[in-house]
Amino acid sequence: MATKDAATGKESSDGPVGGAGHSLPDEATCRLVLEKMMLIRRFEERAGEMYAKAKIGGFLHLCIGEEATVVGATQALRETDYLMSTYREHGQALARGTDPNAVMAELFGRVDGCSGGRGGSMHLFDAERRFLGGYGIVGGSLPLSAGVALAADYRETEDVILSMMGDGATNQGTFGETMNLAALWKLPVVFLIINNQFGMGTALHRHSAVTDLSLKSEGFGVPGTRCDGMDVLDVHSVVTGALATARDERQPQLVEAVTYRYRGHSMADPEEYRTKEEVEEWRGRDPINTFSTRLVEEGVLKQEEVDEFDAKAIARVDEATTFADHSPFPDLDSLYDDVYVYSGDVPGWWTVDERSPEVHPGEKERDAGPVPHELAEQGAAYASVGDAEARRRGSSPKEGEGEPAADDRDEEGGGD
Amino acid sequence: MPVMRYREALNQALREEMEADDSVFLMGEDIGVFNGAFKVTAGLLEEFGERRVRDTPISENTIVGMGVGAAMTGLRPVVELMTINFSLLAMDQVVNHAAAIHYMFGGQAKVPLVVRMPQGAGHQLGPTHSHCFEAFYLHVPGLLVAVPSTPADAKGLLKAAIRDDNPVVFIEHETLYGQRGEVPENGGPMRFGEAAIRREGNDVTMVGISRMAITAEKAAETLADQHEIESEVIDPRTLRPLDLDTILDSVKKTNRAVIVEEGWPHGGVGANLAALIQEQAFDWLDAPVQRVTGADVPMPYSKPLEQAAFPHEEHVVKAALATFRDL
Repeated sequence: MATKDAATGKESSDGPVGGAGHSLPDEATCRLVLEKMMLIRRFEERAGEMYAKAKIGGFLHLCIGEEATVVGATQALRETDYLMSTYREHGQALARGTDPNAVMAELFGRVDGCSGGRGGSMHLFDAERRFLGGYGIVGGSLPLSAGVALAADYRETEDVILSMMGDGATNQGTFGETMNLAALWKLPVVFLIINNQFGMGTALHRHSAVTDLSLKSEGFGVPGTRCDGMDVLDVHSVVTGALATARDERQPQLVEAVTYRYRGHSMADPEEYRTKEEVEEWRGRDPINTFSTRLVEEGVLKQEEVDEFDAKAIARVDEATTFADHSPFPDLDSLYDDVYVYSGDVPGWWTVDERSPEVHPGEKERDAGPVPHELAEQGAAYASVGDAEARRRGSSPKEGEGEPAADDRDEEGGGD
Repeated sequence: MPVMRYREALNQALREEMEADDSVFLMGEDIGVFNGAFKVTAGLLEEFGERRVRDTPISENTIVGMGVGAAMTGLRPVVELMTINFSLLAMDQVVNHAAAIHYMFGGQAKVPLVVRMPQGAGHQLGPTHSHCFEAFYLHVPGLLVAVPSTPADAKGLLKAAIRDDNPVVFIEHETLYGQRGEVPENGGPMRFGEAAIRREGNDVTMVGISRMAITAEKAAETLADQHEIESEVIDPRTLRPLDLDTILDSVKKTNRAVIVEEGWPHGGVGANLAALIQEQAFDWLDAPVQRVTGADVPMPYSKPLEQAAFPHEEHVVKAALATFRDL
């Protein structure tokens, strides 16, 4: 694999670019992998458009450019394996098989979202597929993933967890702490650093003294390797090997996938920290184009089939968008649902609702009386998505009817 | 009824729950070979082995986070932190993760985790080992918070905490570990959200948090003996869920309330309770709600300063008398 070190500009000499170093898998796998990458690309593009239309709120972190890393790595998992990711995780959910309708509905904050509209873009979850979440705290999911590995080990299963982080997370205290514990207790976990060259707007060489991130875990007892994050076959091959070692030898592994995000950190990022030329250079190694070109050249697919895949991806994303747009917003009375696992026989006040003069336990919001409900409706009206009836129907007001423009929103003030 | 120390009651709860359920395991700094900084886990490594009693490195944020991850996938971890001050290193995992996960993932994951830790002044451990932070954790929706003050409660509540499907911050008190008390034989888990009325009375309601429940009880004796004031002493036992109804019922009977806690005054448990009482029982109050709290300072080391920095019986007596001063 050839990975260009963003900090030094040097080519490492581990192999050729574009997956040429790996022979192609069977045709069905080639198709599946390409289809998944194309779906993610089109989904992310559409999510960006929907954000600009203020259908999506908050922050929106797109993984365009990182599709090979996302798909190559998740394809290496067994169905019974676990996956945890960062807040840039729409692609991970889609790759794991979560319904695009549920992912888009979550971005829209609707009740049919894969986290019921509670989590949003950064906190997707799919228990059925063992996708254990996107996490909004940089490095926050690392201890969790080691805990999942501990539980897998404790129960003597063969399950492994693939624990993803960004390059920025390697500077958090949890990175070293988790590497140490994973190695110390021989846990079945593979850490995957998705090195997209930036911790928000701070370039790798400006945030990490060691820019070969695969070295950062070694002193803690977790061997690291690098792969070409723009090459789906290289990612797949390296992560597959790492998972096998973690599973069979109980030796945690770290893989650094060197990749690039084409878009800003999130949608409102003015991208003043990098040049257009740099972005273009990486786009020249586009993981989807590279792979599809090779498939056509080697006769696995015809160009028309690639075009069909793309049309299919667009149609799927169309469907997801329509679905999300028609999904209702969560019922206002559900505000306090799932704060706790409520067990009926435990007395006392679990939560205190002080939004209205009629103080009540939040979990009894449903019986709180007319004043709290009226105030909740008045609060919800600030969302500018129609009246209660419209929210329940899931119909949205026409554009320009009281929706805030995306431009009004600030990029994370001093955030991650 | 057998009499045992607070630490022994906790040890018994851990042992019984571990015997009953293989998914219960312990993690913490020096809980195994060393038998625990306060000996709560004494003998458990020998009995259950290293799979279930795990000595950890000093990495609070990560060991709590691992507890969260293990709990999400079906285990029932009990994590011990050596003092509540050290739990601040794990605040991210407790607040951003343990407390939020059930809610933010739409109910798909639960976190049956217990994080145990002692708090409190009295051992001259100075400004980084002696504080009372129950108010920090009370603040957070998604957490349950227990503050047992007796050996019986320590055992019953810890058993309940381990069986509960929510993350529980279980706050013990350093100076109570050696205290003896009756503990019911074969006692099961106690219910969260049920206050104990330690002493009945009609003149003033006193709510004592953690060790201060005991201090309030002593003050109540003095008030009865020397001032003919009969206090109703309430130990909420858990702050989330909070048995607010028992407190309000008592205040409506006595028309006076004193809240005693060891933590800092601003944003404290007493501030919270005083607000809830005045909102819901204002018409019954004959005097402003009195608070007795720890001093608003980092805990000093020097013995007289330390003793002066947290409430004793005399402070509580004065506060109770103050609720009568206008009559």
